[in-house]
Amino acid sequence: MPQRLEATNDFVVKFANVNGSGSASANQLFAKAILRMGVPATPRNIFPSNIQGLPTWYEVRISEKGYLGARGGVDLAVAMNPQTWDRDVKEIEPGGYLFHDSSKPMPDSKFRKDINVVGVPLTEMCNRTYSDPRQRQLFKNIVYVGALSALLEIEPAVVEQLLSEQFKGKDKLIAPNVKAFHMGRDWALENLQCPLGIRVARREAIGDRIFLEGNSAAALGAVYGGASVCAWYPITPSSSLAEAFERHCRRYRTDKETGKGRYAIVQAEDELASIGMVIGAAWNGARAFTATSGPGISLMQEFLGLAYFAEIPAVVFDVQRGGPSTGMPTRNQQSDVLSCAYASHGDTKHVLLFPEDPRECFEFGATAFDLADRLQTPIFVMLELEIGMNERLCAPLAWDPARKLDRGKVMSAADLDAARQFGRYLDVDGDGIPFRTLPGTHPTKGAFFTRGTTKDRMARYSEEGPDYVDNMERLLRKFATAAKLAPAAVARPAQQPTRAGVIYYGSTSPAMDEALDTLHERNVHLDALRVRAFPFGPEVAEFIAAHDSVFLVEQNRDAQMRTLIVNELGIDPARIVPVLNFDGNPITARFIVKAIADRMAGANVTPLRKAVP
Amino acid sequence: MTYLPKPKFRHPSLPANALGFTRRDYEGAVSTLCAGCGHDSISAAIIQACFELSLPPHRIAKLSGIGCSSKTPTYFLGASHGFNSVHGRMPSVLTGANLANRDLVYLGVSGDGDSASIGLGQFAHAIRRGVNMLYIVENNGVYGLTKGQFSATSDRGSKSKKGVVNSDEPIDLIGMALQLGATYVARSFSGDKAQLVPLIKAGLLHGGAAFIDCISPCVAFNNHEGSTRSFDYVRAHNEAVNRLDVIPARGEITTQYAPGESVDVRQHDGSVIRLKKVAADYDTSDRVAALTYLQRRQEAGEIVTGLLYLDEEPVDLHAALKTVEKPLNALSDAELCPGAGEIAKINASLR
Ligand SMILES: Cc1ncc(C[n+]2csc(CCOP(=O)(O)OP(=O)(O)O)c2C)c(N)n1
Ligand code: SF4
Ligand SMILES: [Mg+2]
Repeated sequence: MPQRLEATNDFVVKFANVNGSGSASANQLFAKAILRMGVPATPRNIFPSNIQGLPTWYEVRISEKGYLGARGGVDLAVAMNPQTWDRDVKEIEPGGYLFHDSSKPMPDSKFRKDINVVGVPLTEMCNRTYSDPRQRQLFKNIVYVGALSALLEIEPAVVEQLLSEQFKGKDKLIAPNVKAFHMGRDWALENLQCPLGIRVARREAIGDRIFLEGNSAAALGAVYGGASVCAWYPITPSSSLAEAFERHCRRYRTDKETGKGRYAIVQAEDELASIGMVIGAAWNGARAFTATSGPGISLMQEFLGLAYFAEIPAVVFDVQRGGPSTGMPTRNQQSDVLSCAYASHGDTKHVLLFPEDPRECFEFGATAFDLADRLQTPIFVMLELEIGMNERLCAPLAWDPARKLDRGKVMSAADLDAARQFGRYLDVDGDGIPFRTLPGTHPTKGAFFTRGTTKDRMARYSEEGPDYVDNMERLLRKFATAAKLAPAAVARPAQQPTRAGVIYYGSTSPAMDEALDTLHERNVHLDALRVRAFPFGPEVAEFIAAHDSVFLVEQNRDAQMRTLIVNELGIDPARIVPVLNFDGNPITARFIVKAIADRMAGANVTPLRKAVP
Repeated sequence: MTYLPKPKFRHPSLPANALGFTRRDYEGAVSTLCAGCGHDSISAAIIQACFELSLPPHRIAKLSGIGCSSKTPTYFLGASHGFNSVHGRMPSVLTGANLANRDLVYLGVSGDGDSASIGLGQFAHAIRRGVNMLYIVENNGVYGLTKGQFSATSDRGSKSKKGVVNSDEPIDLIGMALQLGATYVARSFSGDKAQLVPLIKAGLLHGGAAFIDCISPCVAFNNHEGSTRSFDYVRAHNEAVNRLDVIPARGEITTQYAPGESVDVRQHDGSVIRLKKVAADYDTSDRVAALTYLQRRQEAGEIVTGLLYLDEEPVDLHAALKTVEKPLNALSDAELCPGAGEIAKINASLR
């Protein structure tokens, strides 16, 4: 007999499915049922872009302690795709469990001796109960959720409630789904040893947190932030952001009387056109954005330089994936940091925001538009596949009722009449941000010509060196203003004084939280700083200066954030030790702990600097 | 070259239009193009057309790409906002601008390199979306600004100034515009102001994607013997299918033709285009026939000009997207932001 893994509210389940088999909603039901029992659960969609066998995986980490990062390893595999069987079986931890459809006998060689096999004749049961092939397929998913509920002690009442919510409005579907659920559950209770060594037990560990996807949250942020024009070109993992925007707009931006929309969404012919439309709309005073991923950013380079130099607000949601080229199109990376920060030819710098989770996707999704209008420049919201395309437990969304959209320095007709002078590129306030006018404002005042060519302060074409330098220096002053307005980095001090620090950003957050706890338990202490924006506020340089050794954890090969920090803050590269995960799998606490503990071994005992008196 | 301000001098006897503006009020900075460049004549025609239509200059947005032709928006409509974007991408910028404010008049100016070479895709897609605009290509068959390379509209067999013969088939923007659903299609010649001005007027009033391919000789690089875009060549081969007068909505009809000589076409905004037929059998409402006619005449070596196709009831991009009548850039916070009240409901639905 193999050993049996024992754990309550602390294990990983991985579903291996065939795409299009209707498994997605069943798997989501599984995850939500655990959340409704008050236990944190974090799902991850894994969907290779290789279509053969149409494999998809859905991994759920259940963690009472609330660790939402990927853990690594699988304790229970739900192997529903024969094409990926071998690798799915191989991944299971010794003593773990393999759940499979036992309708057809399988040779012993297909199993492992050191794991526990749980067979349920799903196909047989469904064929017996349903005659319609599509029903057989769909209900099979609910049947396995039923069986798993018995094996893991998931409360049936919770699942029934979720089913009735899911099919609200299509009430006819509730009863058959509940029936299929109980069919699986009853079979397991009668025929299998329930529960397994791993199980779920009700807790109160969720609080008021919500569960949503980053792309949808960012799109909702765009709605709240007042975006009315969206131009996009489909690319994984960003498409669902534009699609969510359309959904949200249909709901919140449809005129009740006429049925017409207070928004315009255009699926452009490519990313050049997407960003071109965004720039045109923003020039003309509408809040506009595009959603894309690395390859799209590459195509937008020339236009981004125009927007920087001609000072046009524009918002770009970059949902990052593995590059270069088509790289790993369905895997996670943080590898567009430099291509966005310095997008385009010539001397350019752009404002980047790095959300850590869907809640921050919402917040930054809205704030990006205020920043774009205020700073009159492109703003990049740097999502990642990991947070964009996965549902994540996070703090509830918040919106200050007193909040107004900050339209920045736009002069109205009355302003123009009252003003002594209007010069499009005059730095009136010393913050580097000039005033602009929108086309059509005033019959005789405030018109100017927007161009990518050098111009003087009055927006007149110029080929004079001093005009060019004057303008480029003002753009630097404006960038310094951006550093004051962009979200500051967030510190998480160690529980005792330390000379070691770690910097991280974006989707690394949950893995880092867990890693810091683990390191603390092992008596390794680090102050942590989560960077939320570029340009960096003074807190970043101060943090580095305050520590003898600083790790920078990121998810790309070339330590791009480190390069940005070294370059922009003039830091000695030797001061920042890169910790890099770039295989496309989300970074884990295990990885961070090992990388940091290995490098710090001994260092904490005898800090190098103080070794010599 | 830096900006040359034009002396502000207004003669008291200059005629004014319905808004009280004179022609000078529609002018821009002094042109920096080569003396005699066809593009300058088109700028003059644009000024004339806007003046005659009494369009408020500040309600026109002029956008362009990069090239000598794309520089011209600086040289007309100085009281309008202008946008000199990037090479070949004016159509997307104009599309976005139009989405933001459907109430302005959009004038896109481009070159044959800008629209048929680097920007062919954007040209095609803006047309097929039915963006409400007048899109003018100042077509000289050459890259003027980069000094005389062939463009994608250069005729096969035409000779460059350096004596090189073009071996590539030309792109016919008129044919493409017709196929892609432009609802107003015309060709003209910068040297024929009498034809060009009314074509621009009617195109500006048109409520959908209006396109004018305007042949505009480059005196510096493509006006020699052997070129098919020289003044002499175009004059010798120009075959106008019609002549037109444009009577704005509520305007006075002054031109009179003998019965049967002309037809009146009413555009959606109420303006009337009075067409005097030159080619008796040419029908501006038949897209398929137009395509065939144009190809036949082209084979015969003719350059067909005039109003080539018109759909009086165009459906523009806003109609297709069902956007509200109010310009999107004028929506208030309350019209845009669902507000704090909805947040609680959203949170509740996500638990
Ligand atoms: C991306 C890019 N590539 C190349 C150029 C150089 N360039 C400027 S104008 C031009 C050709 C313009 O030709 P056309 O549109 O026919 O205008 P014309 O000067 O003939 O009026 C080129 C190739 C550029 N500005 N941008
Ligand atoms: S180079 Fe040709 S197109 Fe350019 S300004 Fe001179 S004549 Fe005109
Ligand atoms: Mg040209």
